[in-house]
Amino acid sequence: MHGIWTMIRQRLLLGMLTLFIISAVIFGATELLPGDLARELLGQSATEETLAALREQLGLNESAPVRYWNWLTGVLHGDFGMSMATNKPISELVGTRLGNTLFLALYAAALAVPISLTLGVLAALWRNSIFDRASNALALTAISFPEFFVAYILILWLAQSGIFPSMVRMTEATTTLDFLYMAFLPALTLTLVVTAHMMRMTRAAIINLLASPYIEMARLKGMSPMRVVLRHAVPNALAPIINVVALNLAYLITGVVVVEVVFVYPGLGQLMIDAVTNRDIPVVQAIALIFACAYVLLNLLADVLSTITNPRLMHRK
Amino acid sequence: MTNHLIGQGGMTRRGLLKSSMAMTAAGLMLPAGMAMAQAEPKKGGTLRIGFNSGSTVDNYDPGVWDTNFVQVFAQARHNYLTEIAADGSLVGEVAESWEASSDATTWTLKIRQGITFHSGGTLTADDVIASINYHRGPDSTSAAKPIVDPIVEMKSDGPNTVIVTLSGGNADFPYLMSDYHLPIMPAKDGKIDPTSSDGCGPYKVDSFEPGISASLSKHQGYWKTDRGHFDGLLLLALPDPVARQNALLTGEVDVINQVDLTTVSMMARNSAIRILSVTGNQHFCFPMDTRAAPFNDNNVRLALKHALDRQEMVDKILYGYGAVGNDNPIGPTQQYYAADLPVNSYDPDKAKFYLGQAGLTSLDVPLWVAEAGFTGATDSGTLYAERAKAAGINITVERAPNDGYWSNVWMQKPWCASYWGGRATCDWMFSTAYAAGAPWNESYWDNERFNTLLLQGRSELDDAKRGEIYHEMQAIVSNEGGVVIPMFASFVMGVSNAVATPDVVGANWDLDGFRAVERWWFA
Repeated sequence: MHGIWTMIRQRLLLGMLTLFIISAVIFGATELLPGDLARELLGQSATEETLAALREQLGLNESAPVRYWNWLTGVLHGDFGMSMATNKPISELVGTRLGNTLFLALYAAALAVPISLTLGVLAALWRNSIFDRASNALALTAISFPEFFVAYILILWLAQSGIFPSMVRMTEATTTLDFLYMAFLPALTLTLVVTAHMMRMTRAAIINLLASPYIEMARLKGMSPMRVVLRHAVPNALAPIINVVALNLAYLITGVVVVEVVFVYPGLGQLMIDAVTNRDIPVVQAIALIFACAYVLLNLLADVLSTITNPRLMHRK
Repeated sequence: MTNHLIGQGGMTRRGLLKSSMAMTAAGLMLPAGMAMAQAEPKKGGTLRIGFNSGSTVDNYDPGVWDTNFVQVFAQARHNYLTEIAADGSLVGEVAESWEASSDATTWTLKIRQGITFHSGGTLTADDVIASINYHRGPDSTSAAKPIVDPIVEMKSDGPNTVIVTLSGGNADFPYLMSDYHLPIMPAKDGKIDPTSSDGCGPYKVDSFEPGISASLSKHQGYWKTDRGHFDGLLLLALPDPVARQNALLTGEVDVINQVDLTTVSMMARNSAIRILSVTGNQHFCFPMDTRAAPFNDNNVRLALKHALDRQEMVDKILYGYGAVGNDNPIGPTQQYYAADLPVNSYDPDKAKFYLGQAGLTSLDVPLWVAEAGFTGATDSGTLYAERAKAAGINITVERAPNDGYWSNVWMQKPWCASYWGGRATCDWMFSTAYAAGAPWNESYWDNERFNTLLLQGRSELDDAKRGEIYHEMQAIVSNEGGVVIPMFASFVMGVSNAVATPDVVGANWDLDGFRAVERWWFA
C-alpha cells in the first residue's frame, strides 16, 4: 500500500502545478476579451464619465499582473474573493450552482454507467449479433447528434405531451423526488450523449481480452460464456473501463453547458457563461479552477482505482 | 418561406396584421379573429413570465438596470414619479400633479399622500429627493445621470411638495421622471439604499436569485386599487429562445417576451396561446459618422437612404412584425409624430442622382454589423448591400463579434448597426441621440437649425407651437440626419389565453411598457 500513497502524493502535487498553470492561462485568455466589466455593466448607456467612476470603484485601474497576483494569493488563503459584478462572495455564488451541477452529473452517471457497462458486456458477449449491432448503432446515433438536438427531441416527445417538465425550477419546497422527476430529461439527454463512449470502450476492452490464452483455457474447461466474461475478462478490463468512466464523469461536470441552457438548469455552466459575458474575471477563474480540479481529481481517482484493481501494478518493482 | 409570403398577392395574414395595425392608433395588434372579450379585471393567481434576459449581475441598484428582466422586476416593486400610460400619455404616479413656471425651469411636484413602502413607512418628499439625488453628482455611476444632470436644485416644501430647479427650461421634465432608472425608494438620512428591494410598488420581493428567478407577492397596502391584480409574480430568466418558447407551450410560464420571429408563425398555431405584438418607438438603425468622409456629404447620406428597400426589410428581417421607418426616430404612436413627411423610398435612380450630386459615380462603403447591434443586423446588412448594388453603391458587410460591440464598433466605426428602445418624447429622443455633443449622438451629427429648434421646443409650453417645432425637426432629421432608420420593430410577446390584457397595450417598452405585471390579469 505504501506505493499507492506515494503515487497519490506525487499526483496531487502535479495536479496543483497543473491548476496553477491553468489559472494563468485562463487569466491571460480573459484579458484578451474585448471590453471590461464596467463597460459590460453599463452597456450601451455608458458614458466616459460613468465608466471612469465605475472602473475606479471596481479596482479595474490596476494592472493585469497586480490583479492576478491579488486573486492568486487570495485563493491560496482559501478565499476565492468577491465577484466584481455582483459584489457577493464567490463561494456563495458558486456553492449552490456547484451542488446542482454535481447532482445532475451524478444523476446522469447513475443512469449512464450501469446502462453502458451492461450493454458493453452484453455486446461483447454476443458480439456481431443483432443485439450488438443494434445497441452500437443506437448509441452511436445518440452521440452523433448535438446535445441540444437530443434535448429538443426529448422535449418534443416527452415534455410537450406533459409527461416530464421542459425546465427545471427549484425552490426551497422541492423534494429530492421532485428533483429527480424534474431533472429526468436533462439527465436522460446526458445519458444518451455519454453512453456510446463508455459502452464501446467496455466492449472493446473485453473483446480484446477474449482472444487471450487464459480465456481460451477457461472456455476449454467448459465454463459458460457469461461466467467467462464476468469472472475472467471483466476484472482484467477494469483499468480502461474505469478510465473512460472517469473521463465521462468529468465531462458530465464540466461540459453540460448546452444542456443547462436548454433545460434552464441553474448549474455552473450557465454561471460561467454569465461571468464571461460580464467580464467577471474572478468568477470565471474560480469556475475554471473547479472544472480543472474535477479533471485532476477524477483522473487521479481513476489511476488509483486501476492500480488497485491490477495486482501487477501494485507490486511493481 | 419568406418569398412565398411576399409573392402572394391579396390579403395575407400578415397583410391583415399590418392593416389592422395601421387602424389602431396605439399599434396594438392581435392575430386575426382573436379579439379579447373585455371583462372586469379579476384578482388573484400567480403570473409567471419568461424573460429573454436575466443574469447573475442583476441587482437592486437602479443606476445599472438595462435588461428587461430587471426593468420589469423594478416596475413590479417600485413606483415612479410619473408613468407613461398604455396610450402614450403621461399620468401621475407618486407625483399627483405638477406645475411649471412660465419658462419651464422650475417645477413644483405635488406628492401623493398615503403611499406606503413595503417596509411600512409612508412616502414623503424627502424620499423623492433622495431617490433622484442618488443619480446626480460627480460620484454617480448611474446610467440615468444625463437625465438628471440638468437638475440644479431639489428641495422640499412640506412633506408633500418637491420643487425642482432646472438649468434650462424643459417642458418634458415630468416625462423624464418616468424613466425606469428613477424609482422612488425609502430614504434614510437623506440617502436611499441601492441594495434594498424596498419600494412602494404593487408587489414586494419574496426571493430573488439573480440570473434565475424572482418571486414576489402582493403588497397589501398598495395605493392603487384598480391595478396589481395578481396575488404573486414569478419572473424567470429564460435566455434561450427555444427554452422560452417551450416553457410557454408546455405551460410552465404564462407570458414570454421576445418570441423568436423565425418560428412565431408556428407558435401562433397553438390554440392555447396568442401572439401579442405592439409597434412603438423601438427602432433598428444604421448610424453614420457624419464627421467622416464620405458621410460628411449629405448627398451621400441621401443616396444611402434611397438605396434600401425598407418594406422588404420589414418583411424579411422582422417577418412583418414591425413598421417601415423613415429615418426619423419618432414613432407613429407619438404625440408630435409627423405623418406627412415625404417617404425616403427605395429608388436606385434617385440614389444615383444624389451620388452624382456628391461628385461620385460609384461608392464603396463598409458597414459593420453584429447581432448585438440588433437581432437580424447581419441579414439586414446583406439585404442592404444587395439592393444598393442597383444604385452603384457597393456595401461591404463587415461582421463584428457581439462581445464588446458597443465599445469597439458602435460610435467607433464610421457606419454600423445599432438600435434604440425609443424614448417617450421628441425632446428626450432627440437630445439623447441627435443633439450636438450628446454622449450618445451616434452619428456625431451637428445641425445648427436642428439644435436651435431643440432648445426652443424644450422650453416651449404651448402645444401647438411645440408641434410645429417638432414637425420641422423631424423633417430635418429625415432629410439631413446621419442615421438610416429602415424599420420600427414590434415587441412580440407570447401570452397564454389564461391571461387577459387590456384593449390598449403600452408600446413604449416591452411587456406593456414594463407594466404587464401591474396592468394584466387572469381571465
